[in-house]
Amino acid sequence: MAKELGQINASSQADIAFLLLVFFLVTTSMSVDQGLNRTLPPPADKNADAEKINERNIFIVLINKDNQLAIEGELSDVRMLTDKTIEFLTNPNDNENLAAKEKASEKFEKLQKDANAKEEDLKNYKYLIDHCGDPEITKGVVSLQNDRGTKYETYIAVQNAIVAAFDICRDNFSKENFGKTFDELSSDQQKIVKLAIPLSISEAEPRSIK
Amino acid sequence: MSKFKKSSGGRKMAALSTASLPDIVFMLLFFFMSVTSMKETEYKVKIKLPQATEVKKLEQKSLVSYIYVGAPLQAFQAKYGTEPRIQLNDKISELFDIADYVESERSSRDENDAQRLTYSLKVDSDAKMGIVTDIKQELRKVQALKINYSTLKVERKDLY
Repeated sequence: MAKELGQINASSQADIAFLLLVFFLVTTSMSVDQGLNRTLPPPADKNADAEKINERNIFIVLINKDNQLAIEGELSDVRMLTDKTIEFLTNPNDNENLAAKEKASEKFEKLQKDANAKEEDLKNYKYLIDHCGDPEITKGVVSLQNDRGTKYETYIAVQNAIVAAFDICRDNFSKENFGKTFDELSSDQQKIVKLAIPLSISEAEPRSIK
Repeated sequence: MSKFKKSSGGRKMAALSTASLPDIVFMLLFFFMSVTSMKETEYKVKIKLPQATEVKKLEQKSLVSYIYVGAPLQAFQAKYGTEPRIQLNDKISELFDIADYVESERSSRDENDAQRLTYSLKVDSDAKMGIVTDIKQELRKVQALKINYSTLKVERKDLY
């Protein structure tokens, strides 16, 4: 019979584990990365003509080097920007100076003629027409221009205010048609809402602003 | 007299068994190992992120590359000055290094993931837009179009 071994003293195991725990606590970070997602336009093509957009469909936001904000040529404040953008996008009274709209069915017809149209987009437009009462889709584009001397903090505050306007419009649309907020929708439903309210922020080629 | 006074003839309390303590600590250890991630790099620039309300989370950390912009820390000011600079990986870099950085970030991932890379711009709130615009133009040149302006999340009512 084998000699019986004495038990190994395990009381220091806890200390070792604590040591490891402290090491990981110190070297790791809990923070999640978050921020404003944006897709940059592809490099400017010199040969291609700039797409012509009707004057009324552009909402111009300027920030100068002193971090002052001008909305459609008028000096304004970031706090007003979200409301003004929503008014521009939804254009509830069909004002002639605010963004024009077109029915989802009109867009659908145009897309059907386009050979490059995505199958999924066609399906989603069909859904919009059949189930959401053929909503009017805005043609509005928010154009954001800033100076090289603009403070980054101001720029982000303005970006944020504009995105907030789009998010609020999407939330309203989602609640009306699906009874939930945009974040609670499935990704397929979110794609449909994104078609109905496209995030159209255009950033001009850099230039200086007085 | 007192309730707490040890009566000499009373029963001895059994020692509390600590045999399960290592298990508990290991459990904690694994929890922290799984929910946290290693610090990406050591900052050489000072970054105070701006605040925003409409933030989206970056889902897959493996598909994110970071570009830091801010004034160099005190220890590096003698060498790099006090104006905001770009930091790529753990080096303070120049604008023209960005194309190489994007290339190396892409080649370290497989082809599929390389297309889905997001470039997270961690920019100090006091930096000027000039340097950010330059970075954006550089990124456009190399077709790195998905970016994320890194911000802290605040509630709408707290911002203004």
